[in-house]
Amino acid sequence: MTTVERPPTRRAEEIDNDQHPVGHGRMLRKEDPRFVRGRGRYTDDVRLPGMLHMAILRSPVAHARIVSVDTSAAEAHPGVRAVITGEALAAQGLAWMPTLSNDVQAVLATDKVRFQGQEVACVVADDRYAARDALELIDVEYDILPPVVDARHALDADAPVIRDDLEGKADNHCFDWEAGDAAATDAVFADADVVVSQDVVYPRVHPAPMETCGCVADFDPVEGRLTLWSTSQAPHAHRTLYALVAGLPEHKIRVISPDIGGGFGNKVPIYPGYVCAIVGSLLTGKPVKWMEDRSENLTSTGFARDYIMRGEIAATKDGKILALRTNVLADHGAFNGTAAPVKYPAGFFGVFTGSYDLKAAYCHMTAVYTNKAPGGVAYACSFRITEAVYLVERLVSRLAAELGQDPARLRLANFIRPDQFPYATPTGWVYDSGDYAATLREAMRIAGYDDLRAEQARRRERGELMGIGVSTFTEAVGAGPRKHMDILGLGMADGCDLRVHPTGKAVVRLSVQSQGQGHETTFAQIVGEELGISPDDIDVVHGDTDNTPFGLGTYGSRSTPVSGAAAALVARKVRDKARVIASAMLEVAPDDLEWVKGSFQVAGDPGRSVTIQEIAMRAHGAGDLPEGVEGSLDAQITYNPPNLTYPNGAYICVVDVDPGTAQVRVRRFVAVDDCGTRINPMIIEGQVHGGLADGLGMALMEIIAFDPEGNCLGGSLMDYLIPTALETPDWETGFTVTPSPHHPIGAKGVGESATVGSPAAIVNAVIDALAPYGITGLDMPLTPSRVWEAMQGHPTPPI
Amino acid sequence: MQVTMTVNGTGVTREVEPRLLLVHFLRDDLGLTGTHWGCDTSNCGTCVVWMDDEPVKSCTVLAAMADGHRIRTVEGLAQADGTLDPVQEGFMRCHGLQCGFCTPGMMMTARALLDRTPHPDEAEIRAAISGQICRCTGYATIVRSVQWAADHADGAATAGPPSADAEDLGHAGEARDAVPETTGEERHATAGSTS
Repeated sequence: MTTVERPPTRRAEEIDNDQHPVGHGRMLRKEDPRFVRGRGRYTDDVRLPGMLHMAILRSPVAHARIVSVDTSAAEAHPGVRAVITGEALAAQGLAWMPTLSNDVQAVLATDKVRFQGQEVACVVADDRYAARDALELIDVEYDILPPVVDARHALDADAPVIRDDLEGKADNHCFDWEAGDAAATDAVFADADVVVSQDVVYPRVHPAPMETCGCVADFDPVEGRLTLWSTSQAPHAHRTLYALVAGLPEHKIRVISPDIGGGFGNKVPIYPGYVCAIVGSLLTGKPVKWMEDRSENLTSTGFARDYIMRGEIAATKDGKILALRTNVLADHGAFNGTAAPVKYPAGFFGVFTGSYDLKAAYCHMTAVYTNKAPGGVAYACSFRITEAVYLVERLVSRLAAELGQDPARLRLANFIRPDQFPYATPTGWVYDSGDYAATLREAMRIAGYDDLRAEQARRRERGELMGIGVSTFTEAVGAGPRKHMDILGLGMADGCDLRVHPTGKAVVRLSVQSQGQGHETTFAQIVGEELGISPDDIDVVHGDTDNTPFGLGTYGSRSTPVSGAAAALVARKVRDKARVIASAMLEVAPDDLEWVKGSFQVAGDPGRSVTIQEIAMRAHGAGDLPEGVEGSLDAQITYNPPNLTYPNGAYICVVDVDPGTAQVRVRRFVAVDDCGTRINPMIIEGQVHGGLADGLGMALMEIIAFDPEGNCLGGSLMDYLIPTALETPDWETGFTVTPSPHHPIGAKGVGESATVGSPAAIVNAVIDALAPYGITGLDMPLTPSRVWEAMQGHPTPPI
Repeated sequence: MQVTMTVNGTGVTREVEPRLLLVHFLRDDLGLTGTHWGCDTSNCGTCVVWMDDEPVKSCTVLAAMADGHRIRTVEGLAQADGTLDPVQEGFMRCHGLQCGFCTPGMMMTARALLDRTPHPDEAEIRAAISGQICRCTGYATIVRSVQWAADHADGAATAGPPSADAEDLGHAGEARDAVPETTGEERHATAGSTS
């Protein structure tokens, strides 16, 4: 029997859960029994006989020419088995590797180091302590070069050229990108009653999953076979890239992503450490483990954001929004390591028109190289929709303030209406479904919005700084379709295999990989719902390229929109096969059968039926099967999504700002999400909670800053602050359900919604609280010192 | 140097480097991989274990400092017969975990809190876990999990180290040097549902 937990009960949730009593509902997670016993199996838990340990020597400076690397003392260390330098890799053609954005990145530096923390050499030793000791024995001579730290000056004529490895490269220009119609947008702006502009900085932040990145590489020289346990959100894509990078035949590479201690996009790219560990295993013939430490994680792996934006909004004087225009300077660090579909160098920033019905919109972006770590798409950002939503929601609230209108009601007056879907935006996206006004009204109802405004007025009279912030958003998740979206030529589709054993128990194999999202539960529920069997009777296999079908992996909230669709459709294929067998068992035509949750019944004769379990046994049993029927119910599918899914949400935040200390306290946070059909409300709410905490962190405390020399100032969890239980409120969640019309079960993704939507609600709330100070704009993170400076009339930009 | 300590009720003596961290001693020498490592700077708390009856961050305790002390890890949270501690039950029922990486440390702190304060209010729970970081849950469900455990202290497992067998340090006392396969079947060999 499926475990269904109901508290906390609200009537709407009961209805939501009870719609689908077999599969969908508030089922407890199948993976939790191992986790609460300490029996999770993470990459660092892997221990192989004879396993060696690798550590990486990193650059202490942001920009320097490498004069020499002397490894002799390290090689003489008794515990050391191998020391690998960029020069050694270059001899094998492995010193550089492709990034996910068709740039190249140094595996180990040969010519120059281009950011503090860049990989310079690595040591393979008997244990992790010896490996660290030996790093101290490597002597690198650097010829220090001036760094490019401020993206605003990266294209100055006298800026040092970072990427002189690229032939003919004479500046730090990375790419230019635009979306929308510039002339049409300018025309609307020229005629508009009101134009409001706002500078908005989204500083560099870091996903900082609790488990850092790492791997165990085990190359078997006899079989010529590489097994790689790694912290990978995309094991299949990684396998193909290793084959392309290292020249190993792909069928001899097995990538296993075991339990992953949080990903948030940080574990999408291939990092130099993985490649070095593979080389270490090739060189030594032994398994090699590499686990980065926290400083390495924060300073060298995929960062997020780093957009300096100027936005403009045009409206009528009564508050009808007409157009948006924005110019963005994107800091991509030393290598363009953005993990986004190839045709989308700015990710899905193009959805910056948000949930509003506009006449026109235009965006221009210039991306530059700086002497900072590569990355750019990470931290639950939905391929840059975090930045897009933050921009538009700051602008809309600013417009409301300028017009003296309520920010929630101004939004209600400008939303795309339900009857306008499918809705084509001015920048070329086709939203599938939504009822934005209903979602915001539900948030206002839960928050008690009008009462809050009345309370705010009373408090203001007493000199108290209470703020109410509103943010609404439309997400675009579930990449592909493959004709438009690929990662280095690999189309963004996902496979799913389903086996049904003779006793009617099933195993479903996925190409996506959980980092805590609960796939083993959710996907069992999807298949269970379709086949009418208990999710407890369905095992979910994922994270092992030898045992799962090919697919692009878990990021950008794409698992449910893509693999979830695949799981539902493969189950329907099984059902189609079962119908034919059932028709033979019941001696009626297939069309005379009705599917009734777990069994086929003869139409009009409920007494004559066979269960899916009986059909499964028959499929494998003795005796003839109907003509053309194979001897199993097993099926497989590759799902190429016809469009993205477009979840949406409405968030309301209540803050109190201490007038004496400028400390911001988030008193309440109401999040209403619409992710279409809800498969497991408990897991959805959990993901929303987590994203809200991330958003609170970015709004109030998280930043990866640099000093003028390019030293990273956020290199440990003492410097890079992450919210704890003390700063976070008891989240209040609600939902509306607008199914996706093109997804087989109407589901949309939700994993990143709260991270996308929440920072603007918090910042808008703080700006609202500080209205008595005449403050109309503030940049994250809203630390007490930065808010205090703003209250004194001297705000400083965060970067 | 030689260290002797009691780990989950079982005496352990090992030869270690003086600089060996307790977290590495537990994970690498004893194979108790339920205790995790996340930051090196005592900020994240994924490494929390008990030393005697006090939660400590084992990334900043040397194995040598644990000499002569009682250590309790997540593997010693359930009773010897496998009955889960109410804290473990609460985390499953209230969705107090997602990726599971911070969970062992959170549960060890929660157990220590409930031993001292059987009925903590929300603020006390939040204060107790404030030295630990969870990136997935946003903490509210962790708070509810601990409250659930407080409300179900009777009739479920009680506090205190289990009377583990002499050789048994918890599940990973089976400390496999062999390849930990991660196919779905094996993953679920231990992971049935909890109805």
